[in-house]
Amino acid sequence: MSAWRRIKAIAAKEARQLGRDRLTVGMVVGIPLMQIVLFGYAINLDVRHLSAGVADQADTSWSRQLIADMEASQVLRFDTRVATAEALTEAMRLGEIAVGVYVPADFERRLVDPARPAAQLLVDGSDPTILNIAAQLLQMPAPSRPQQTSTTSGLFELRNFYNPERRSAVQIVPALIGVILTMTMVLFTAVAIVRERERGNLELLITTPVRTVELMLGKLIPYILIGLLQVSIVLLVGRLLFHVPLRGDLGDVYLAALAFIGASLTLGLLISTLARTQFQAMQLTLFIFLPSILLSGFMFPFDGMPVVAQRIAEVLPLTHFVRLSRGIILRGAEVGELASEIRALLIFFGVAITLAVLRFRKRLD
Amino acid sequence: MDAAVTARGLTRRFGDVTAVDQLDLDIPRARIYGFLGPNGSGKSTTIRMLCGLLRPTAGSVEVLGHDATLESEIVRRRIGYMTQRFSLYEDLSTDENLDFIAEIYGLPRSEKQQRISAARREYRLDDLRRQRAGTMSGGQRQRLALAAATLHRPELLLLDEPTSAVDPQSRREFWESLFDLVEAGTTILVSTHYMDEAERCHQLAILDRGRIAAEGAPKALMQAIDAAVIEVSCDQPRSAHHVLEDLDQVRSVTQLGSRLHILVDPTVSEPEALIRQRLRDAGLASQVERTAASLEDVFVAATRKPLEVAA
Repeated sequence: MSAWRRIKAIAAKEARQLGRDRLTVGMVVGIPLMQIVLFGYAINLDVRHLSAGVADQADTSWSRQLIADMEASQVLRFDTRVATAEALTEAMRLGEIAVGVYVPADFERRLVDPARPAAQLLVDGSDPTILNIAAQLLQMPAPSRPQQTSTTSGLFELRNFYNPERRSAVQIVPALIGVILTMTMVLFTAVAIVRERERGNLELLITTPVRTVELMLGKLIPYILIGLLQVSIVLLVGRLLFHVPLRGDLGDVYLAALAFIGASLTLGLLISTLARTQFQAMQLTLFIFLPSILLSGFMFPFDGMPVVAQRIAEVLPLTHFVRLSRGIILRGAEVGELASEIRALLIFFGVAITLAVLRFRKRLD
Repeated sequence: MDAAVTARGLTRRFGDVTAVDQLDLDIPRARIYGFLGPNGSGKSTTIRMLCGLLRPTAGSVEVLGHDATLESEIVRRRIGYMTQRFSLYEDLSTDENLDFIAEIYGLPRSEKQQRISAARREYRLDDLRRQRAGTMSGGQRQRLALAAATLHRPELLLLDEPTSAVDPQSRREFWESLFDLVEAGTTILVSTHYMDEAERCHQLAILDRGRIAAEGAPKALMQAIDAAVIEVSCDQPRSAHHVLEDLDQVRSVTQLGSRLHILVDPTVSEPEALIRQRLRDAGLASQVERTAASLEDVFVAATRKPLEVAA
């Protein structure tokens, strides 16, 4: 009973302090909004007027027709015209163009040869948006020629320069919930205890009857609510701005998010017991954040990663949440069908909070 | 009644540094017991060991009849601790801080509001109810800290340099509050580096490099000083200072404006004559007389070096 009173007191105090910290309040709402808008538009397929370059070595009516057709689609804007494929590559390296079209001198002969692609599309694959546009352009029909109704080979051969993977808007938004939560949840609790230590509050707090577990749980509660709020923001904005479908049950999404929030927050608490200063806590958070983003399947397909990377990824909460959110939101799976992922998150929560409680001593030495 | 604090051979090392060295303490109940010493003399470390924040490297300490290390949770419910640095929440108001502390100590709900308002009245916080601690003056913060530390009515109050950031008027009021608490039966252990504060304690331990250099009631310490105190008034105190410093029998020279306080070895039979002679030899006109020891003289005699404090 008195334990619950102490937990409530800690939670209320934490919430109050949080509410008075304008920058943090701004982060609570600002980070999810900013992230989803930024990510959302970057992966928006309906991009127009990408700067493009062309090296038209054929320079025939057919090749000029091709360039005109591409420009008419308004996706590309050809403002760089060069003579050779090398010059095209150079322009891309310098960042002057995002897409290059290379039309070889034997363009006309290639058009009728099913074994060989007629022209080449050079794509700066370091930006996923551009890669998606390339995929669209590949579908483009060859300039029509009355006697030739179809070509079995495509018009273009795709040469992807920097990015081995294609992805689409809907794949990113569900996983983005997890990325945003990792960013905010881990950081909030990572600094939570260190901050009290730095400000001198901890010296008083640990001479009171408050128990370590009570202190930890009290600190988690306000952030759980904040996490759920952020989930709602991303879901809502994802739906309104980017028409991300929700094929599964909304309750299941929140259930999965809750397990993930718990795991992320306790990870932060654990960091908080390891770090001596807020700066160290932030560095440690980044140390967790980068592998989470890279290995979780958010950026690269999990199956394509080396076994070692997969093992590491299995330990990271984000990996499990990415599977959960994609499963529920996109494939319409039920949370029960993904029980093993939920279980992994709960185990992570249990282990992390135990370690945090064990590491935290109500002493200064 | 048994002692509030009993320590035997209490020692704490940090690496190679011995912060507290073989301390024996017997602090009686319902008294103000003072630790007087410079920074680094082991005052804070000792207090932190008493409230279980640090484990002793060696020795034992009992607080209110319980082992301070093994039974620290029991001890913590019955003591109040005011840290050297303000440790309540600066972004919370007076009422919010007090309410938080009341909840953490689990004060009975029926009494909580009444105790908080009593504390507000006692420590003159009624006008500051909604003010955040971060915007308060040093004196106001300190009243708030004392109110918080006493809200659960501790039997032992540990105050670690409570008045370092406070003006003299607030310090006077603060000590009035402490005497009220003692009258109500609270034992208070206070560390300080101010002589005037030390003089107000019932009992005093002068700490020097982790050891007790002298212990007793301030008045008794001043009477029993192990040196002759000579006061010299002269026009050239700096020159006199240098001349006297070189004498083997002189333990220390402290300048107070145009006067000098000189501690002379107690084995010297006529210390005034010795000093007078030396100054005459140096051609310095002066008035020399024996005087009663101040607490600072006691401190200097006990530690053999003047107290260096940032005033």
